[in-house]
Amino acid sequence: MEKKILMKGNEAIAEAAVQAGCQLYFGYPITPQTEISEYLSQRLPEVGGVFLQAESEVAAINMVYGASASGARVMTSSSGPGISLKQEGISYLTVAELPCVIVNMSRGGPGLGNIQPSQSDYFQAVKGGGHGDYKLIVLAPSSVQELITLTHRAFYLADKYRNPVEILGDGMLGQMMEPVVFTKPQFPPLPSKDWAIKGKNGRERKVVGRLTLEAQALEEVNLRLHRKYQEIQKNEVLFEAFGSPEPDLLLVGFGTTARILKTVVREGEKKGLKLGLIRPITLFPFPRDEINRLANQAGKVLVVEMNLGQMVEDVRLSVEGRVPVFFYGRTGGMIPTAETILSRVEQIVS
Amino acid sequence: MHNEIIIGGFGGQGILFLGKVLATAGMLEGYHVSWFPSYGPEMRGGTANCTVIISDQEIGATISDHPHIVVAMNEPSLFRFAPSLKEGGLLLINSSLVEKEYQKEGIEIAKIPANQLAGKVVNNPKTLNMVVLGALIGYRPILPLSQVHRALEECLAGKEGLIEKNNQALETGWQYACQGGVTHVSQR
Amino acid sequence: MAVVFERPKTLIKKPFTYCPGCHHGLAQRIIAEVIDELGIENKTIGVGPVGCSVYIYQFLDTDFVMGAHGRAPAIATGIKRTQPDKIVFSYQGDGDIAAIGTAEILHAANRGELISSFFINNAVFGMTGGQMAPTTILKQKTTTSPKGREPKSHGFPLQLCEVLSACQGSAYLSRVALTNPKLINQAKRSIKKALLTQIEGRGFSLVEILSPCPTNWGMSPQEAVDWLEKEMIPYYPLGEIAVKEGILHA
Repeated sequence: MEKKILMKGNEAIAEAAVQAGCQLYFGYPITPQTEISEYLSQRLPEVGGVFLQAESEVAAINMVYGASASGARVMTSSSGPGISLKQEGISYLTVAELPCVIVNMSRGGPGLGNIQPSQSDYFQAVKGGGHGDYKLIVLAPSSVQELITLTHRAFYLADKYRNPVEILGDGMLGQMMEPVVFTKPQFPPLPSKDWAIKGKNGRERKVVGRLTLEAQALEEVNLRLHRKYQEIQKNEVLFEAFGSPEPDLLLVGFGTTARILKTVVREGEKKGLKLGLIRPITLFPFPRDEINRLANQAGKVLVVEMNLGQMVEDVRLSVEGRVPVFFYGRTGGMIPTAETILSRVEQIVS
Repeated sequence: MHNEIIIGGFGGQGILFLGKVLATAGMLEGYHVSWFPSYGPEMRGGTANCTVIISDQEIGATISDHPHIVVAMNEPSLFRFAPSLKEGGLLLINSSLVEKEYQKEGIEIAKIPANQLAGKVVNNPKTLNMVVLGALIGYRPILPLSQVHRALEECLAGKEGLIEKNNQALETGWQYACQGGVTHVSQR
Repeated sequence: MAVVFERPKTLIKKPFTYCPGCHHGLAQRIIAEVIDELGIENKTIGVGPVGCSVYIYQFLDTDFVMGAHGRAPAIATGIKRTQPDKIVFSYQGDGDIAAIGTAEILHAANRGELISSFFINNAVFGMTGGQMAPTTILKQKTTTSPKGREPKSHGFPLQLCEVLSACQGSAYLSRVALTNPKLINQAKRSIKKALLTQIEGRGFSLVEILSPCPTNWGMSPQEAVDWLEKEMIPYYPLGEIAVKEGILHA
């Protein structure tokens, strides 16, 4: 087994990217994720890769576009305000079917907001913050170890589906240290990138990102993408179930919030409460079937987020009105405490 | 075993490093650990704090509402963090910089003149954070001191020249605490 | 019998779809000729923009990556940094390169990025129907400056080559027009020099090509050529604006 080391979340993502074969990184400084850039500015050249600090978030995502079109594994990272600027490029990446990994260590918003941890970019990541009918694969880690395994997975899924993958973390995950073990990424083999643009080299030329002015042709493009997203929904759902398998109340939360909910489940147990927790690891595709099943079993659901109610909409869609869904959220960089959540739980259960 | 520790003080006192050594020692001892810093716009001279959790269970929340130990390296952090201490918790005060007395029922209050000891005994004022960490382990042996020495060496990999002085600082703080130190338990 | 004139190999055999009197087709043909002459068709990657320039990928037989409005220099940077052995160029109009994409072109030039940009300046937004561009000259009427461009509310026409000449990474900058055979020959030499600047690793290169837009200017093709020569060239003087010898990054 590899050695256990204490590592900061942002640095763990950066190292995991290198291990996943990321060859290029383009970024722009923004708190609380700048350590990713700083780490890669040193590390990537050591492995023959490229680090480039772009003039803007907009330029960075377009450099990603060029590198991805060239067939390379490539990453960018930012936090809320910067991810907003990248949305144009993200929309273009999806329709050109270019794989890449985008990390959002989100912070309090809207606008400049602050630099404290937040989950208020859920809608932006999951519902699309850019224009057009598209989806990102969105992964929500909740520990530094998972930042590593999900960064590995992000590169794999991006290439498998030729789609951008967003890792949606928050300032807390980026800034905290936990013991980690670096394991080799192990995934099934992927087809070669024969679509990459590398010069004709005597063969038929290739074009990435064609203009599609006819409505019918563009509809076909969108339908093809849609079938891909359905395929992803069918194959790639990941979640963690924690606590009682037959709960009286089902808790749902992702990322940092899910950690706090684990404390709530354990503290609740001491008080004789049977609590279950579903932690979606993939936010798209969303674990709607499992949430629906457990919600119906529990009869009540409490969703907790560091926002004013975003993922809760997907939980409500999952249970289709059959089960009452309660919500508790803190926003602006406030982190909900286990104590407060537990008193909310007690109110709902009684 | 479950300990939530908040260390607070000025930027530049080596607070984040203190936390890192403590968390590393917990990891080496086989516990689950987490380290979470305050992060903000100030680069130097502002306030700094970090939360270290050492537990035999998977760690949920990485911030602490009611810590078991508060280390106050300066006065502002004393008044900011001490009120939230759990009953039976330890308040460790850097008495070189904190003159005011603090009163709270049901906690143990211990002192360490860290700046003086780092300056006069270790002869290196920058080691005050390790003096404090040594004292912390002396007053509350949540981890073996030997493991903290090992962690320190791991955290200083690449800067081996600093290990000796810092080890000495750990030892100095630990001995101060073990030889009685200054402590009293306020009754409820 | 000797062949003295033929279609460039790199020009796809289909008629141009540009408006009569537009010089996009001419510019693209010249680029194709230079690619043929340099023998780089197999390792050239073009980056297309948004606007009338977008159609270039339908006429030039090289690999192409099409991207967002103004971002071609950033995309080209991503390609070149991944594949330093390739010849990478962007082809952009004035709305693209001199308005929404100003940051991208400026910083690509300033980094001395080893790419070449071909910039079609027709003093209007063409594809959207002739709105004012940063390059629209003073008193020129457009659909969004119906009384003519005046500095107080619209600012001044942007001389991009002159702006980029202040960047240390710019190794070759030239402004050309295609309104007569002599100028066409000069333009071709400039385009070749730009690509050679890249091939030799000397730094960033750009050729600005003044081009008429008869449709949006409301003129016949001949009137448009005359107007370009009489009104545009005095404000956008032709010639090499920067030529730096030596290897920038050496």
